[in-house]
Amino acid sequence: MGQIATPATGVEKSRKALDRAVIRFAGDSGDGMQLTGEQFTTESAWAGNDLATLPNFPAEIRAPAGTLFGVSSFQLQFGSQRVYTPGDRLDCLVAMNPAALKVHLRDLKTGGLLIVNTQAFDKRNLDKAGYAANPLDEPTLAERYRLHKVDMTGLTHEAIKDLPLNTKEKDRTKNFFALGLVSWIYTRPLEPTLVWIEKRFAKNKDIAEANTRVLKAGHAFGETAEIFGEHYAVEPAEMAPGLYRAMTGNRALAWGILAAAQRSKIPVVYGAYPITPASDVLHELAMHKRFRVRTIQAEDEIAAVTAAIGASFGGAIGVTASSGPGIALKGEGIGLAVTAELPLVVLNIQRAGPSTGMPTKTEQADLMQALYGRNSEAPVVVLAPATPGDCFYIAYEAVRLAARYMLPVIVLSDGFLANGSEPWLIPNADTLPPIEIAFRTEREGFFPYLRDPATLARPWVRPGTPGLEHRIGGIEKQDVTGNISYDPENHDHMVRTRAEKVRRVAQEIPPTSINGPATGDLLVVGWGGTYGAITAAVERAQADGKSVASIHLRHLNPLPPDLGHILREYRKVLVPEINSGQLVRVLRAEYLVDAVGFNRVRGLPLASEEILEAINQLLGGTA
Amino acid sequence: MSPSDAKEAPRYTKKDFESDQDVRWCPGCGDYAILSAVQKTMPDLGVPKEDIVFISGIGCSSRFPYYMNTYGFHTIHGRAPAIATGLRVARPDLKIFVVTGDGDGLSIGGNHMLHVLRRNVNLVILLFNNRIYGLTKGQYSPTSELGKVTKSTPIGSADRPVNPLAFALGCGATFVARTVDRNIPHMDEMLKRAATHKGTAFVEILQNCNVYNDLAWTSSTTASRRCSTSSGSSTASRSSSGRPTIGAR
Repeated sequence: MGQIATPATGVEKSRKALDRAVIRFAGDSGDGMQLTGEQFTTESAWAGNDLATLPNFPAEIRAPAGTLFGVSSFQLQFGSQRVYTPGDRLDCLVAMNPAALKVHLRDLKTGGLLIVNTQAFDKRNLDKAGYAANPLDEPTLAERYRLHKVDMTGLTHEAIKDLPLNTKEKDRTKNFFALGLVSWIYTRPLEPTLVWIEKRFAKNKDIAEANTRVLKAGHAFGETAEIFGEHYAVEPAEMAPGLYRAMTGNRALAWGILAAAQRSKIPVVYGAYPITPASDVLHELAMHKRFRVRTIQAEDEIAAVTAAIGASFGGAIGVTASSGPGIALKGEGIGLAVTAELPLVVLNIQRAGPSTGMPTKTEQADLMQALYGRNSEAPVVVLAPATPGDCFYIAYEAVRLAARYMLPVIVLSDGFLANGSEPWLIPNADTLPPIEIAFRTEREGFFPYLRDPATLARPWVRPGTPGLEHRIGGIEKQDVTGNISYDPENHDHMVRTRAEKVRRVAQEIPPTSINGPATGDLLVVGWGGTYGAITAAVERAQADGKSVASIHLRHLNPLPPDLGHILREYRKVLVPEINSGQLVRVLRAEYLVDAVGFNRVRGLPLASEEILEAINQLLGGTA
Repeated sequence: MSPSDAKEAPRYTKKDFESDQDVRWCPGCGDYAILSAVQKTMPDLGVPKEDIVFISGIGCSSRFPYYMNTYGFHTIHGRAPAIATGLRVARPDLKIFVVTGDGDGLSIGGNHMLHVLRRNVNLVILLFNNRIYGLTKGQYSPTSELGKVTKSTPIGSADRPVNPLAFALGCGATFVARTVDRNIPHMDEMLKRAATHKGTAFVEILQNCNVYNDLAWTSSTTASRRCSTSSGSSTASRSSSGRPTIGAR
């Protein structure tokens, strides 16, 4: 088994082995909870665990301190077995203030570990959180949970009292105390965080020193204070050998695009307008100019998509990204790419809507928008990643299909995948499918809409190619010649041809992998970021002896060619989605199966517990 | 001597830039004169034909690329500057022209016009200004005079017109020019100078719409124009010879 690096211990306490643990750090949005969670994630990745994370924060940058709506949290599950989700119920909750306690306590398991920063439980903060009396004085709290009242603020100040920092700066380091303490409780290595602090604060030695000391103080506190009777070890998970890194969905999308640019040897032009939760893709790509990518922060969403289309017209791969409201603005542009038959990749990092909705919260309600959200008959290819790491492969595939078939491809990620992370095996670039792009240069027999018989793609010509000067546009054109045409029969033919081109992408889809028996009582069909929750629920149902299988669709248009056959092998079909029933409607319409939905639209990922309940309910009804 | 690998532009004539498409503007439209002037100017640029791209949005003027035997992209309403920006980022080697109108470039696409000028993207913008929406059959445009009577403003427009050159200068444009569809020698000269500018060259071309806004740039009062221009945007008027001149007031 792998080695877990731990600092030398003085006092030996009993260490219990766990399969998995679910932890949530919660505090004010200025308390650094996201950073604490990210560092804990890195430590867990170093420890060799499988893991999944769920950052959850308000849209306000610095929401008023101490308020309920200003609470920011970071949850992760890590384990020695396969971890599919960030977990439903918490084993450990760290609450940095009363508001955090109030918002998050309901998710803590009875008997769970509750660590609170006592100094934050003053009159002002209690008032802001709406507590009439200090909940820490309630005897029931300590009866229900293993409550640890720690004066983190005080201990933090004590550890760095001699450093030339002001009170505010000293206060700010207390998240490292929490991190150090929880790292001790779960036997996490501190090295990655120490290295990070050194790098991050290289220019400010005092801050670096303060964070280091406070981190170690938190760790030492756990080790020496008599209050923690035991701590835990989670053995490394069995994972395929190779080089891993923690990967968020947004970074994976960016890297997938970079990999496609490298593999195709065609530059990428990425047009984007800042929007939560898609902006990180722009930030990531903006750092990698040397990998054939150029980024444009456009003046608006429409300019972002049209700049990408202009780039594709010029022989680059045009990519744009946004979230639902921005995708709505891009609709006309996407339609232009449909009729101009140019490659275009559109990343939609879905968030809760309609309109502004809840920008930092996740949702899966843009499937219909992706399929139909444009005027007239404007079909596009739609793909959806299943996990943060899968975003890499889906982005890569999106570029490959867009260039091969000369059409727009929409990728439906979501806020949960975008910010969530998992250990990701860095692939060998040679194992990725080739992206072969041959620009047309041959003059003989050239027409702008002459089609490849296999893909129906028209030729891609780079301006600058002598003898192939031609004009394209948004007006309907005659097939083959590309000349403007208002001929009724030609329009009907072109509508069908554009649809057929999308349908032909089905020939690229591998056989659907079925998790469970090939025939049985129930098939659970999912898409997008619900993969983990569905898989965990289905595996528990299978362990209970139920005849249940699941499939997870990564291709939503066209659908896998074997899907109709698979659906008919089960008596019932359940479709859990974070919308009010979109894929289920498509499946019912497409295949005439009596699929039923399980739908919760709360801005949160689905919990595997509730999916399991839905499975049992559906099966119970037929038993 | 020029390096041997440099592309050498063949000698062209105007004919080389005429496409095989039937020109579909109304008879008597100012666009014909502009098209002819542009086609005539192209051989003088010394740029290989295949390296020239015309990008347009929507409107009468935006049909322009179809009639040029170069690369062309007739896109969507108002977005030509953004499409052209993306193309420029992908392909710094091309010579890019944007063809737009007063509605396309200053109304629906006003935001893109602001930013393309602000960024000083290396391309030429030809803004055909006939002070009317022609393709949608005669509504007032952002350059129509105050009080303009049209189908959509039966008692006269309440909106003050924008001055395209003042707008361009306000956006930090590095080259602005104004010319007129009926003064061909002047237009030729402006086109050539714009084409050699490094950065965004903004050329407003005052143009007549003989169907929906005849005598668009004359100061004579017609039935459809109750108020004379008051914004100072109109600097062209008809001289005694009947030809429009610039700045003669």
